[in-house]
Amino acid sequence: MKILYFAWLRTEIGMAEETASPPETVTTAGALIDWLAALSPRHGTAFEKRNSIRVAIDQEFAETDSVITGANEVAFFPPVTGG
Amino acid sequence: MAVRVQSEAFDLGVETARLTKGRHDVGAVASFVGIARENNPDEGAEPVIAMTLEHYPGMTERQLEAIEAEARERWPLLDCLIVHRYGRFEPGDPIVLVMTLSSHRQAAFDACQFLMDWLKTKAPFWKQEETASGQRWVAARKSDDAAAKKWSKPA
Repeated sequence: MKILYFAWLRTEIGMAEETASPPETVTTAGALIDWLAALSPRHGTAFEKRNSIRVAIDQEFAETDSVITGANEVAFFPPVTGG
Repeated sequence: MAVRVQSEAFDLGVETARLTKGRHDVGAVASFVGIARENNPDEGAEPVIAMTLEHYPGMTERQLEAIEAEARERWPLLDCLIVHRYGRFEPGDPIVLVMTLSSHRQAAFDACQFLMDWLKTKAPFWKQEETASGQRWVAARKSDDAAAKKWSKPA
């Protein structure tokens, strides 16, 4: 699945997107955060601020307990600040 | 449906003329233009030199279209436009335009305010400010969440 990062998550992890193949046991957005956090020290540091991270699954806002199984695209970002 | 996400500038007069042209049923046009400003009241006195807005292409359009559909469902709007820019802006540059058309002013005013309040919390944009001491990501404001919540329908 495609993983996207925006704003400070993008700058802290050092990439805008990556392709990830988490094991089948990773079924929720929260579990995906734990799995991604272990990929590299930069991932680990960025995902430490878990309470400041929002998630979208296939371009719809979701929660950390939302199911990611079958999703094409999961995005992580801070609370939005447009307008 | 009229939602545009673009880096180019927009012109309020041109957009108003375009939306009202040839119509005899429009009695009210309400518009809001959000502009990049020098001072961020949350962050002390250091002036903002510029700000860069990034967004989530694809999701941004989907969210803005959903917000617009919600406004059209709740108010008798004759037309509606949301233009949101991305890229780098200096103080004084227009960033966002919301325009609502209806027969009477109340629906136009209310829907315009609703659209702004909702896009503040639901449109996936992020601002990074440049000041003399460097760049920083703008934090979300609780007052924006409160403004959006007041439009929530009673359960």
